[in-house]
This record gives sequence, C-alpha cells and structure tokens, in this order.
Amino acid sequence: MKSGNSLELQGVKKDFGEFEVLKGMDLAFKKGEFIAIVGKSGCGKSTLLRLVAGLDKPTGGKILVNGKSLNGLNKSSRTMFQDGRLFPWKKILQNIGVGLKGDWKPKAMELLEQVGLADRANDWPSVLSGGQKQRIALARALVNEPDILLLDEPLGALDALTRIGMQRLIEELWRKRNFTALLVTHDVEEAVLLADRVILIEEGKVVMNKEINLPRPRQKDNLQYSSLAAQILNRVMQEGQMEKQAIHA
Amino acid sequence: MQAKLNKKFNRFSLISWIVPILLLVIWQLLSLWGILSERILPAPTEVFHAGVALLKTGELIDYIGISAQRAFIGFFIGGIIGFVLGLLNGLSSIAETLFDTSLQMLRNIPHLALIPLVILWFGIEEEAKIFLVALGVLFPIYLNTFHGVKSVDKGLIEAARVYGLNGFSLFWNVILPAAFPSILVGVRFSLGIMWVTLIVAETISANSGIGYMAMNAREFMRMDIVVLSILLYALLGKVSDVFAKIVEKRCLKWHPSYQ
Repeated sequence: MKSGNSLELQGVKKDFGEFEVLKGMDLAFKKGEFIAIVGKSGCGKSTLLRLVAGLDKPTGGKILVNGKSLNGLNKSSRTMFQDGRLFPWKKILQNIGVGLKGDWKPKAMELLEQVGLADRANDWPSVLSGGQKQRIALARALVNEPDILLLDEPLGALDALTRIGMQRLIEELWRKRNFTALLVTHDVEEAVLLADRVILIEEGKVVMNKEINLPRPRQKDNLQYSSLAAQILNRVMQEGQMEKQAIHA
Repeated sequence: MQAKLNKKFNRFSLISWIVPILLLVIWQLLSLWGILSERILPAPTEVFHAGVALLKTGELIDYIGISAQRAFIGFFIGGIIGFVLGLLNGLSSIAETLFDTSLQMLRNIPHLALIPLVILWFGIEEEAKIFLVALGVLFPIYLNTFHGVKSVDKGLIEAARVYGLNGFSLFWNVILPAAFPSILVGVRFSLGIMWVTLIVAETISANSGIGYMAMNAREFMRMDIVVLSILLYALLGKVSDVFAKIVEKRCLKWHPSYQ
C-alpha cells in the first residue's frame, strides 16, 4: 500500500489578482503518509489545501492525483473543515451519510462508533459540543473511504483537553484506515505529534520539508520530540530571514 | 420530558388568551351599564346571538366557506408563483438580472390600488378576488424565498459539493432546507396580507362571503352582524397563523430556536 505518490504538486502557483499566494510549489506525498503543513496565517497553507481538494484552480503548474492531472473536484479526497460544517437540518447519522448511495447506514454507524458517538445518531447537530461536532465531521469525511484526507485546522477552535482527545483519535483512525493525511495547522507541536513529515510554508514557498522519525504514539515529554518542536517553532518565527537556508534533516 | 414541555406550552397558550377574553368581558360590562351605546357597538352577547342565528340558517357556514376558498386559492396561486420566482432568481444570476428589477418595481405598487382596474377586467366575479389575493401574497413570499436562497451559508454549499452533492441533490439537501426558515417567514407574512386583501375585495365588490355579509348588514343597520364579520376575520387570521406556526414547529425541529 505505502508505495508510490498519491499526490504530487508540480510548480503549483496561485494568485488572486495582483497578489501571489503560492509561488511555485513542488511537493510529493506518498500513499499513506501523514503530512503536516505549518506556517503563519496568510502564508498560503489553506489555499494549498483548497487547491488539492479541487475547490480552487491553480493559476499555474499541475496537481497530480494518483498520477492523473486534477481537473475539478478531487473525488479521491475529503475535507474536514475547521468549523465542521455539519448540516444543521440533518440528524447526526444523516450528516455522516450525506452524498452516500445504497446501503450506507451500517457503514455510517460503524464510523460513528469509531469516533465514540454511536449513541448520538438521532440527535440534531445543534445539541452537540464543539468537540463532538468535529468528531462527526471526521466520521463524515472518513465514511467515504477517501485516499486523501484534508484537514483544514480542524482542531483550531477546540479547547486544550478536547484537542488532545481529537489528536489521538485522528492518529488512531489514520493508522487503522491507511489514508494519506494532509493536516494544515498553526500548532507546531500538533504537527510534530502527528506527522511523518512537517512542511513549513512562508510567503507562498516551501522553506522546510522535514521528516519526523519518532516512534508512535509520540510522547510530549520525550526529549527528541520537544527539541524538534522547538527547532521548527524557531524556524517559523524567523520571519523569512533565512529564506534560502532551508533546513533539511 | 415531552409531557412536561407540552404542559408548559399549554399553560403558556392559555395565558396568551387572557387579554382577548378580558377585553370581551370589559366590552360586555360597558354595554350592560349603558356606557357603550348600542348604535356604536352592540354587546358581545348580541353578536354571539347573531352568529348563532346565521349559523342556523346555514348562511354563516356558506359565507365562511366561500371566503376561505377565495383566500386559499389566491394564496396557493400567488404563493407558488412567488416561490418559483424566488428560487429562480436566487439560484440563477441571469434570472436575477432579468427579473428582479421588474419585480421590485411591481412590488411597490399597492395591490389594492389595482381594484378599479381589476373590477374592469373581471367584474365582481371570483377571479377578481383571487387575482388580488394572489398578487398580494406573491411579493412577501418572493422576497423571503429569494433572500433565503441567497443567504445560504457558502461554506455549507462548498462542504456539500466536497461530499458529492450537486444539481438537484444539492438543492434538495442543502439549499431548500437552509432557505426554509426564511420562506416560512414569508408565508406567515403573506397569510396576514391574504386576509386583509380579501376583506377589502369582498367589501367593495362581492355577492357572497364574509365581506358581503358585513356590507349587506350595514344596509339594514344590523350592527351585530357587522361586528360579527369583523370578529370572524380576526379569528380566521389567528387560525391561519396558528396553522403556520404548527408547520414551522414541525419543519424546523432542527433549528435551535425551536428546540
């Protein structure tokens, strides 16, 4: 399973009028890899995710999905949004089954169990807490069995304790289901905790592409972990002074 | 839990009737004491007797039936046209550019100002009244449907597209339910306009219906029947509002304001 690139970006550019958001990106993601994309807000990391999802079109370059050029929506990917975006007029189970055909209910129930909310199948989304909504959003993204899961700061709005639970859940489901994960986050520690590779974007360019070779599940009190996280955080905070000296470990 | 809620709801709905009942009692007392002259306002009991008498002859039921029929046929026609136009202009920017300006201009003509024209067109036949009601309810439903469709959360539409919805399934699963609260506001608003229009139309030109009953009673100085007609309109207006509320409660169960 873990061979070949499931996703490739070749010189991908995106500008909105005069403003260049992405200035030519070359990246390749292996099947089943967990990638974290970090950077300050406005660096273009969310734009990158939207391009991969096929929600926006690049203004230059190519995106290859399983070797084929992406045109329109990326059907092998599913996005989990920061604000969950559940449909308030559909009950939880119906939310998970959105867009599914045939006998989808057992599959949806199975995922609901995996995110630990099987007893809420018949509730309206409005009665759930923020963390529970995000779990439903995760279940909805995974029920389609996507090759690529795109996570757009999915934990940004959650409190610290709920975050830890969600990080564990995401990692557990990723190991079980073997999809390629692309996580956009501004939290460097979260990136190091979850990712096989951390990519730092600064002003529309990749300035760091670092493999994280720590055993899983990772412990935050591990020395290597904290030094890596500190190292990346320092790099993020350098404000592009060392733009040309990208760190490669 | 449900029973408790129901009880609470019932108690509240009873409380809301205190004011109208109190007004009736005061009215009755004022009539009894002779403060309120019979020629200005007959006592509620007299109005009630008039109602019972008309009920016995069957006139009352006939007139209520014919008025309600006009109201709902007009509402149905105007509502459907407003709804379809609202959807069309909300979903397609070409349709919006093509039709919205004209509709906004037409909207600003008070539909009751068309009565002379309508009488010339249709005489005092059923079409005249149905036409006026339809015209009156069209615009609130159009505006609210249009607004509802236009203000659907773009993020939800995007999410729906990511999850494979498009075309009709996008409309049915996302756009329509998202616009529904707004559409229902239009419906409730229209129900009020529906009755107002019908009252005016029936008072000016009709040979049946509650408005006709009132005008006819005026000729014979039957104050009690005039007042009865007015109270009937109030009651019918309330009944349609209650009906709209029930629909709202059933269809918007998901909405935090209805939980």
